[in-house]
Amino acid sequence: MVAPLNYCGCLKAASHLDASRMRVVIAKPGLDGHDRGAKVVARALRDAGHDVIYTGLRKRPAEIVRIVNDEDADALGLSTLSGAHDSLIPKICHELRSNDLNEVIVFAGGIIPERDRPDLFESGVRAVFGPGTPSSSVLEFLETASTRRNNGEPVGVGEDSRWHW
Amino acid sequence: MALVVSGITELFESARTGNRRSLSKLLTEIESGASIETPSSSGWTLGVTGPPGVGKSSLIGRMVEIWSSKGESVAILAVDPSSPISGGALLADRIRMGNPESQDSVFVRSLASGNHPGGLMPYLGEMCNVLSACGWSRVIIETVGAGQSEFQIIAFADRILLIDGPDRGDIIQAEKAGILELADVIAINKADLPNSQAVADSIKIALQFGESDPTPIHTVSAIEGTGVGELMAEIENLGPDPNRKALRFRELLISSWNAALLTHPQIDLHLEKLCDGSITVSDAIQSMGSLMDFGVDSHD
Repeated sequence: MVAPLNYCGCLKAASHLDASRMRVVIAKPGLDGHDRGAKVVARALRDAGHDVIYTGLRKRPAEIVRIVNDEDADALGLSTLSGAHDSLIPKICHELRSNDLNEVIVFAGGIIPERDRPDLFESGVRAVFGPGTPSSSVLEFLETASTRRNNGEPVGVGEDSRWHW
Repeated sequence: MALVVSGITELFESARTGNRRSLSKLLTEIESGASIETPSSSGWTLGVTGPPGVGKSSLIGRMVEIWSSKGESVAILAVDPSSPISGGALLADRIRMGNPESQDSVFVRSLASGNHPGGLMPYLGEMCNVLSACGWSRVIIETVGAGQSEFQIIAFADRILLIDGPDRGDIIQAEKAGILELADVIAINKADLPNSQAVADSIKIALQFGESDPTPIHTVSAIEGTGVGELMAEIENLGPDPNRKALRFRELLISSWNAALLTHPQIDLHLEKLCDGSITVSDAIQSMGSLMDFGVDSHD
């Protein structure tokens, strides 16, 4: 019977002293009604011990920024399949910076063609995940980003760095 | 009396001037164990509880709409359960609250119940005080809606709104001896569905036995908005209840005690020993008791 020992271990993992546990907002910007991917990522993050706040569908950039602020999130995952990523995501990144949320780690997922990714990285996005990405990749990314942050290396949306996943 | 961490006071001062970023950071600090003394304020806290799926978040969303339209500012602490397996949590209460993030007069913080199986963490009281002191005229705690927490909400909320719904069968019977007696107002949600009036009637009958002044019951529909205005008028008329000191401190004591036990540095060790049978439960309590660290006011 390993269950009780796992249970003990997880109580430790849930402790507020655990630096690797993050508060992550998963958001659906714009007019896009498909959130299976967002929910799968949300669930994977939860199962890895993070606190995940899912925004629900069709959020405006200003609303997403408000949620990130009020929830004091460490990271923001933006899921978009509508094709509007090239306007919505940079706008959200910009608004995060102008609302003093520079340290938030931003990543994106959904239908985002390769050719559009450099611009997103340019606007402060640190990872873009396409269809078929194993959820372990998202977790690895967050772990790496979190390590960078703990080491004082720039990784937030408003922190100057070329680094991306 | 409480330990004041440097930086917290600055955050608090900034939050009081209306800086949402500072308020948000301050709540995180409190969640991480920091403590701050707040001036007493006139604000009062409404605890919203009830079984899972009866529409707590949806009804809160409706109430927030009405409050904001009347110029009130509403802060909500929405507690969702943490996974006992991974420790992680999926916090989704705010989805059902309409669009709280579109208004400046609404603040929603989702909280994971974490190590606290009752679903209510000792620092909730401090969060409520901070929110009141920062000028939020209505503070709401939404519980996880499971078992014990329905009692423990007494420790943190001045008034309690119990929400229930139709077609939950015998569960209602089981609850009759519990939170029903502590609720200040009862709302039977989903009045748009059949049977909600029947539920309201059966609870009314149950409460009539032995009580001279039975708890008011309202049938409401969070989806259609019916009855919500009347419910809120009732809540507004209540004001804070000063007569629950003993009960409040009892529940606060229990939730702080649980928190101390579950964050005990040797809990894993003792659970292992209990599993292999080398100690008994009372051995474990004795052995851990001397090392308990209580998070609330332990610095006195």
